[in-house]
Parts: sequence; structure tokens; C-alpha cells
Amino acid sequence: MTTSIGEAIGFWILGPIALAGGLGMVFARNAVHSALWLVLTMLSLGFLYMVQSAPFLGFTQIIVYTGAIMMLFVFVLMMVGRDASDSVVEVLRGQRVAAAILGVGIAGLLVGAVARSVTASVVGATLPTQNTGGIGLLVFTRYVAALELASALIVVGTLGAVVYTFAGRAKRQTASQRERVVARLQGPLEKYGSRSGPGVFATADSVATPALLPDGSVAPESLSEIIEATARERLGHQTELAHAGDEHDASAHTDHGHRVTGSQA
Amino acid sequence: MNPLPPPGTPGYTQALIADDPIWLTIVKVVAVFALLVFMTLFMIWLERRVVGRMQQRPGPNWNGPFGLLQSLADGLKLAFKEDIRPVLADKAVFFIAPVISTIPAFVAFAVIPLGPEVSIFGERTALQVADLPVGILVVLACSSIGVYGIVLAGWASGSPYPLLGSLRSAAQVISYELALGISIIGVVLYAGSLSTADIVSAQQGGWYIWLLPVSFIVFAISMVGETNRAPFDLPEAESELVGGFHTEYSSLKFALFFLAEYVNMVTLSAVATTLFLGGWMAPWPLSLIPGVNEGWLPVVWFITKMFVFLFVYIWLRGTLPRQRYDQFMRLGWKVLIPVSLVWLIAIAVLRVLRNEFGTISAPVVLMIGAVVIVVAIVVALMLPDRTEDDEDTAEPPVVGNYPVPPLDLTVPSSPPRRRRAVSSGSSKETAAVGTGQKEDA
Repeated sequence: MTTSIGEAIGFWILGPIALAGGLGMVFARNAVHSALWLVLTMLSLGFLYMVQSAPFLGFTQIIVYTGAIMMLFVFVLMMVGRDASDSVVEVLRGQRVAAAILGVGIAGLLVGAVARSVTASVVGATLPTQNTGGIGLLVFTRYVAALELASALIVVGTLGAVVYTFAGRAKRQTASQRERVVARLQGPLEKYGSRSGPGVFATADSVATPALLPDGSVAPESLSEIIEATARERLGHQTELAHAGDEHDASAHTDHGHRVTGSQA
Repeated sequence: MNPLPPPGTPGYTQALIADDPIWLTIVKVVAVFALLVFMTLFMIWLERRVVGRMQQRPGPNWNGPFGLLQSLADGLKLAFKEDIRPVLADKAVFFIAPVISTIPAFVAFAVIPLGPEVSIFGERTALQVADLPVGILVVLACSSIGVYGIVLAGWASGSPYPLLGSLRSAAQVISYELALGISIIGVVLYAGSLSTADIVSAQQGGWYIWLLPVSFIVFAISMVGETNRAPFDLPEAESELVGGFHTEYSSLKFALFFLAEYVNMVTLSAVATTLFLGGWMAPWPLSLIPGVNEGWLPVVWFITKMFVFLFVYIWLRGTLPRQRYDQFMRLGWKVLIPVSLVWLIAIAVLRVLRNEFGTISAPVVLMIGAVVIVVAIVVALMLPDRTEDDEDTAEPPVVGNYPVPPLDLTVPSSPPRRRRAVSSGSSKETAAVGTGQKEDA
């Protein structure tokens, strides 16, 4: 098997980039930078496929791995937080040893597979003329069992994740939007509310408009702690504040249309 | 050089473009770039004018005829503004994010067939920069890379609102690209090719919007989600997230995001035209005139169809309020994806039936339709009716012209008197009434 010049050029450009991406992923301090290096590797792998005249595989690699899977990674990393740094504490016992053994094992497998494909003569598979159709034909005829098994595994994994997420959580009684609004208005906001009592003709209905006592002074109870009240000038004539301890004969004062919050006569 | 396959067969355009001389390719690339930049400027103007008209105000009308030069002026102004980088920003990513978001938007347009075979300076070619055998996947790949720009921009800005915007954007893209991809599969099934030029020539007998209406609707909805446009502009929801992912961006970097958004709109409109509206082919009554689908004239049809989509984009923005985030996700996962999956299976079954048994006779189609309708009616009858809650439906009593409170209104008891705050030096000066209270204490 020979490689064309274009293919060789493509390999010698994309190969180092992919390798750099891998190294960058391992050595980057920041988790998001790590993910980005991996994106670079995936992209150059995709382009490598295209150079080797497998455009369907190449673009699928970009769409699936770069577009969906790495995007999920980045999403999770962002959820965790920008400044979350790697913890060096070993959580699972023996994790490093296991990782080392498995890593060496996988490396051995890969080297073996690559060595075999380099040394042994490749059996000339008859390539279908159409890339996409060929893949589709193989996937849905010869390898259909493997494909179905893999997809069943993925579905089980997804369901497991969902179950774990919702396992400890009791089913919440979700209130409708209307119920929430009613609850909110009857709750802490009620005392500031400006619902007019019987026979009161309201001219202002705002929470920011304080209620006036019969002598024209502002009822301190009606002032909200969280909203700045209407400026004194805009209230007009007398807006002197009533003394705190004073008892007011609070019959309805209609001037500013507020239900007076003192005791109703 | 391989001999050209006969015109009209799959792969013809590909072979036609393959032997373009290098200067012709460069001319095409420059022309597409210029077209997209021009379209961006024009779209900004058009959007402001159309939305203005919908809101009964003139819109920009000062610079140039009809205010046409307004976006040019705005663009120049933007380029000369100060470029600000937040202290907490991640330098490299902050710089590269707008570039990542802009480049794929332009690249995706390369596979759009703008017209049929023409002759440029004596060279026969098709009005398309490149025709790949997997052309439509290029569009998907570009849009999935382009989102990295938005996501990384939000992350690299180092402040909470952009981060929220980019989180939303990531989730949005993952969910809406699925629906987009599945709706494209329907078209690919019928056209029998992933190449955009072949998809257009497969629509000679009829546009896919009539054949695959469900795919078209799903595509049109996800297309708006994919371009982050109202009512799905959650990543930059300016009433919730200040500016969303581009809050911290300014000057040319911000301009690049703006450019990317509009170029994406144009590109996806062009893709929708290619997939569902017959690409550069003339619409029905005009298509009866001979020679209308040859030469340079089809570019006009193409641009016109594209502008229909672009106008709908603007129309949507002028009409619909922004969706809430959970509603948006529900629409994507619980409506669009199931609907397009069921539709995909339905058309695949139809294809198989047609391949196995030849064409299906009209009575069979009618019978299948009748069965489907009966099943739908039965299912609809079995669904429980939504119970109308009849509280609060009573009209308030009206005396004369004034609404009066109901007779049984219970006046709430007075709240307990508020505790006076222990005066602290840090209490803030509030409005006059509030200060009065403080002086009083």
C-alpha cells in the first residue's frame, strides 16, 4: 500500500497537531483548557479521516465528538465552576494503581494492533464506491448485532444516570404559576399591598406610595423596607411622618387612596 | 482527467467544480465572502426598518437613501471603539472565541449551490464554491463548531452573566442540533444523496416542502434555535442576562459576534432554501417559462427565497416574546425530537413499501389515512378533558361605571407594628419619606 503525496502532507501536518492536542489535554492546568486541547485532537482526527478519503466519517467525527460530546464535557465543566481546580486527594482507593495497570494494558493493545496492521499485509477489502452508503450497509447488515448491543448499553447508561439523579428526591408538588402568584401576594407582600377597602376610591395603587393617616401624615407601617417610597415632594402637601408610638384614629382616608393600615374603626 | 458524468446525474456538479482553475475558486470564495458581509449589513438595516415598521416608528432613515448606510456607519464606529478586556478574562480563549464563532459561519456557505452551470470567462462551472459528497454534513459540522465561540466567549469573560449565557447556549445547541439533524435525514432519504447540488436537482419534480412538511417545520423551528434568534435568543437574553455571552465584549470582537449571528442566519436560510424550497429553481408559475432555470437568472430565485426566510426571522423577532428556558427545552426534547423521530420512521416505512411493492395505489393511501384519523380520534376521546377551574371567573360587581369591591370582602387585619431598626451608621439614605422616618427616630 502506498500513500499519495497529499495524504502524506496531510498526515505530517495533522498528526503533530493531534499529538499536541493530546499532550495539552494531559498537561493543561485548567479543566476547560484541557477540554479545548481535546477538541483540537478530535478536529484533527476528523480532518485526517477526510484526507484519507473518508469524508463521511470525518464530518461525523466532527459533529458527534466535537459538536456533541465535547460540548457536553464543556457544559459540565462550566457547571462545576470556573475556578474549580483539580483535587489531588485520591478518593477511590487504589485508583492510581488500577489506572496505571489499565493504561499500560491499553497501550499494549494499541501497539499490538498497530504493529499487526503495519507488518501483516492488509487484506484488500473491496471498498464501496459511495462512502456513506457503504457504512450504512455494513452497520445495518453485518454489524447490526454489535450496533444494537452498543446502543442498548448507552440507553441503559442514560436511564441509570436519570434514576441516580432523581433517586433521593421526593416528587415535588409543583405549584402552578397562578398558585405561586397568589401565595406570594398573600405572603410577605400582603401588608404592603394596596388593595383598597370598601368604599375607598383609589388614585394610587403602587406599593411605593405610602398610606396616609387621617391627619395627612405617612403611616410608617405602610413603608416598605425593600422599596424606596415615593419622594416627599411628589406626595404633595403634608407628608410629615407620624410619631412612632402615636395612636391614630385610622378611619379611611381617601385622599391618596390607601387602605390605612392602622386599626379600622 | 475523468470524463464528466452526464448533466443531471448525481456527482455531475462535483465533477464540474473539481476541474475549476485556482483563480476561479479564489474568485468564488471572495464573491461568497463579499456577499455574506454585504448581506449582514443589509440585514441589520432591513431588520431595524421592518421591526420599526411593525412597531409603528420609522427606523433608521437618516444616513443614505432610506437609511441604507446606517449599518455601514455603525460598523465603522464599532471598529474604532476601545477594545476592553476584563481583568478576570482568560486571555487566549477570550481572544479566540469570536474568531471561532465567525469562521464556521462563512465556511458553511461554501457548500450552498447558488445556481446551475454557468460560464465564467469561458470556464464552465457551477455557482458553488465546493460540492462535497457529504455537503450537508458540512453545515451541521460548522454550526456545531461555531457554538464553541459562544460557549467559550461566555466562559472566558470571567463574569456570571456571560457564563449563564454560555451554559444556556451549550444546552440549547445540544438539544436543537438533534432535531435539526433528524429533519435533514428525511430530505437525504428522499434525495438519496448528502450532496447539496444533488439535493437541489432531486427536487426537479417537486419541492420537499410539499413532500416533507413535518421535516420542514421541525427544521424551521430548530433553525431559529440554532441561530440564537428571538424567540429563542436565550444565550443573549438582554432582559435577563444583560448581554448574555457577549456582555464583556467590545469593539471588533463584538462586531465579529454580530457578524457571525447574521451570517449564520443567512447561511441557514440558504440551507433551508436548498433543502426544502428547491434551491435555485424558479417557483411554479415562472418555472413553466423555458430557459428560466438556466444561466445566471436562478441566482435571483435563490436570493428571493432566502429573503423569505430572512424576513420570517425578522417577523418572529418583531412578534414573539422570548420563551422561558424550561419551555424552550421542553419544546426541543419533548416535542420536536419525538415528532421528527416518528416522522422519520413513517417516511422510511413509506420508502420501503414503495421500493418493495412499487407505487402505492390511491385507495391504499386513503385507507391508511382513514385508519390514522380514526386512531387519532379514539386517542383524543380517551384523553381526559382539562378541568376548567371556575374560581375567580365571577365578574366583579359594577355599580354605575365604577367597579366596587364585593360585599363579602374581608379586610385583612392590620399587620403587627414594625420594629424600629436600631439606628446604625451604615443605614443608607433613602427617599424623602424614608429619611423622615430616620430623622424621627
